[in-house]
Amino acid sequence: MNEVERYENQLTPGWGKLMMWVFLCSDAMSFAGLLAAYGAVRLGSSNWPVPSEKLDVPLTALNTFILICSSVTMVKALSAIRHGDRKGFLGWLAATMTGGAGFLGIQAYEWTHLIHEGMTIQGNPWGVSTLFGATFFILTGFHGCHVLSGVIYLSCIFARGAQGAYGAENYSPVEIAGLYWHFVDLIWILVFTFVYLIS
Amino acid sequence: MSNRTDDHAEPNYWMVWLALAVLTAVELLVARAPGPKAFVVFSLCALALAKAALVALYFMHLKFEKYALILIVMSPLLLSAIMYIGLVPDAITHLHWLPH
Repeated sequence: MNEVERYENQLTPGWGKLMMWVFLCSDAMSFAGLLAAYGAVRLGSSNWPVPSEKLDVPLTALNTFILICSSVTMVKALSAIRHGDRKGFLGWLAATMTGGAGFLGIQAYEWTHLIHEGMTIQGNPWGVSTLFGATFFILTGFHGCHVLSGVIYLSCIFARGAQGAYGAENYSPVEIAGLYWHFVDLIWILVFTFVYLIS
Repeated sequence: MSNRTDDHAEPNYWMVWLALAVLTAVELLVARAPGPKAFVVFSLCALALAKAALVALYFMHLKFEKYALILIVMSPLLLSAIMYIGLVPDAITHLHWLPH
């Protein structure tokens, strides 16, 4: 074992996984910045609306539940491929992608509904802070882009998996994709609380 | 190099899923609960952080990772905390929702 391998082994077995963690750390800082900015403008506004009066909290709670379900299907997909169960792996992964697509569909519905009501990134018809729409669309939109990227990413993993690229001894790409997907779920948990629930 | 990084007992993922679902339901109840606003906000933040921790520890397997990697992953949290603390002086001068 050379020196590089020794240090690598001390940290984590697998550079791909380590690099995904490094990416997620930097991405976490992006979201931390956005949430901090959201908190600052919200606290600095005297006419911030009660979110639950303008946003559909029950529908978004359902969306949160869908994303949580997609996280558990993702770990079940990883568990299946670790045990060499390719059929189970593809089934759980398909369920994960369906959950992600469902999340995006509901978010698209919510956005369409709000835009039809007149809420845009520049203003709203309710006479409340114009930053309400801007922060909402930027935060949920940035997260939605992550979900879309995740669904595309998982589709690639699915396609490779269907070709038999992964097995009980070669599942690292699945694990790395799973890390990304769970991160997307983790961030949504925070966005849901700060943007929708806290009034 | 070996691909196997998870030589640990597999967590009960369904229990984690159930905990996340229950905590989400509790969040919805707390958000509607009457009471001091600061307490509701604090409770919601605590619940969200608990859910995020469950996802990171069990779904992302951080609980079973090597110590050095856990330290690397914790670094954004520390930096984020510093950023939020840095914003506090500005934020408390603009608190419109607290009774004056």
